[in-house]
Amino acid sequence: MEKIIELKNLTKNFGDQQVLKGINLDIHQNEFLTLLGPSGCGKTTTLRIIAGFEEPSGGEVLFDGIDISAVPPYKREVNTVFQKYALFPHMNVFDNVAFGLHIRKVDKQIVETKVRRMLDLVGLSDYENRDVTLLSGGQQQRVAIARALVNEPKVLLLDEPLGALDAKLRKEMQFELKKIQKEIGITFVFVTHDQEEALTMSDTVVVMNEGTIQQIGSPIDIYNEPENRFVAGFIGESNIIDGIMNEDFLVTFDDVQFECVDNGFPRDEPVDVVLRPEDIDIVKPEEGKLQGVVRSVTFKGVHYEIVVETRHRKYRIHTTDFCAVDTPVGLTLTPDDIHVMWKTPY
Amino acid sequence: MRHFRKLSMPYLIWCIIFILIPLVLIVLYAFTTVGNHVISLNFSLANFAKINDPTYIRVFIKSFELGVITTIICFIGGYPLAFIISRQKESVQDLLILLVTVPTWINMLLRTYAWMNILADNGIINGLLSRLGLGQVTMMYTNFSVVLGMVCNFMPFMIIPIHTSLSKMDGSLIEAAMDLGANRLQTFRMVIFRLSMPGVINGVVMVFLMAISSFVIPKLLGGGQFVLIGNLIESQFISIGDWNFGSAISTILAVLILIAMRLMKSMDLKEAEAN
Repeated sequence: MEKIIELKNLTKNFGDQQVLKGINLDIHQNEFLTLLGPSGCGKTTTLRIIAGFEEPSGGEVLFDGIDISAVPPYKREVNTVFQKYALFPHMNVFDNVAFGLHIRKVDKQIVETKVRRMLDLVGLSDYENRDVTLLSGGQQQRVAIARALVNEPKVLLLDEPLGALDAKLRKEMQFELKKIQKEIGITFVFVTHDQEEALTMSDTVVVMNEGTIQQIGSPIDIYNEPENRFVAGFIGESNIIDGIMNEDFLVTFDDVQFECVDNGFPRDEPVDVVLRPEDIDIVKPEEGKLQGVVRSVTFKGVHYEIVVETRHRKYRIHTTDFCAVDTPVGLTLTPDDIHVMWKTPY
Repeated sequence: MRHFRKLSMPYLIWCIIFILIPLVLIVLYAFTTVGNHVISLNFSLANFAKINDPTYIRVFIKSFELGVITTIICFIGGYPLAFIISRQKESVQDLLILLVTVPTWINMLLRTYAWMNILADNGIINGLLSRLGLGQVTMMYTNFSVVLGMVCNFMPFMIIPIHTSLSKMDGSLIEAAMDLGANRLQTFRMVIFRLSMPGVINGVVMVFLMAISSFVIPKLLGGGQFVLIGNLIESQFISIGDWNFGSAISTILAVLILIAMRLMKSMDLKEAEAN
């Protein structure tokens, strides 16, 4: 895939606080890329720099290979869907969507065709003359998306656009956004702090923390092969344990040696071991490699969350099988379930 | 909610005593002639007929003219100022708005007397001009001095409502407009100005109301010959003692103001619909 946006060693300071500490990122054509991280990690600032609302303190923003750091937002071939929609309250649905075309003095007939087609795409065909302030959150969201997409930007930027919607609507919009992105085939850069949202929709997830990129990868890579403790902890729930990599494919933690699928570490290197709660199997005490006692059981809908306390620590486990509190149990792990990571300062 | 309603009673009584009753009395005076007694009222339209006199009509026209000029100048000067203030940091905004209101802390009479000293034939400006050898300019007792006095007195009432509507505007709307391709001027014209219209209308109505009914400023800066509606009403009540005629003029002024406000409101609505 061809690169459309390249961020090169991007930094941003607000006062004496550095919110971006050298971001290097390639965004490709037709990619659904998500910037994911906790609030204050710099993801929104990155998006605003791409949109042109903030100037970078250092580094370059290349668009189709040309540095656009100094280009004002109204001359950029990107459009933004804002967190709180930012619809113009003095205009109806049609005029909101037509705003960008109107500015570019597009022929009236073409404006009408384009706006209609776009409202059709977001499922608001009969809403042309409605007052935007009287629409529901989900409808306003759709207008905001139509208003941005009607300008046929090369890249659509979305700043936590689903944050204000309720859970059910959010699921629907996730699905719909993905559908729209496939249909019109342009690049989406999506900002969110919701890891599930990121995993569901993205082709590429960029995990950020404290102004730096922690990992770039497909949702599956990010989930299964977190590169460090931060990513492992932020994406899904994890048990993160100190371990020693004895040799290739052999790791020891909690005084037990396990087979694993990782290699390439120096002999007896201290490492972080990640165990996903759903990967740990509960068996009879004598069948397990680790022994412990069930401390709590919480019903979570699809699964139970069980906390098992061993001699060394508490393990968080997700399982569909019920286990009574205070039952002695054993825990087993297959080599696939064990993810070994280099130690990081986190 | 219901039991809170009792708390509004004192306010209601206050409104009735100080607003509603005086209003009814003025209308009553306007439609009656001299010699009213408690039980017998002589209804008549004579007071209104009396206004249909070139002298009085001219007073009305002049008042409206100066009111409109004052409002326009306040708007042209006040909007940019309110806009600039609204672009500042919040702490700076508070300070600047405070500064805008500072003149109103000083009694209006004093401020007007100050202007008299500045504008008079032997005042500060003319003193300066003659020292520079540029000769004298008569500024006192002209439309200029009256409008200047009104503009200076009423400017804060234009700036504050406009500033309020500008500063509470959602900044992301401005970003959205620029994101969609509008340059700074287009953003201002199509979004910022349109969204500040409620503030503009409030400011315009307030300044116009005060300008058209003011009587101290024209009296001091315009001199005894300078008669606006406010002065006409004042003289009917204070020096001539024709309360009925004074009330009739007040009533007509009130009706004209109501019509003007109505027009402003409908203009705003139409503009909103047209877009």
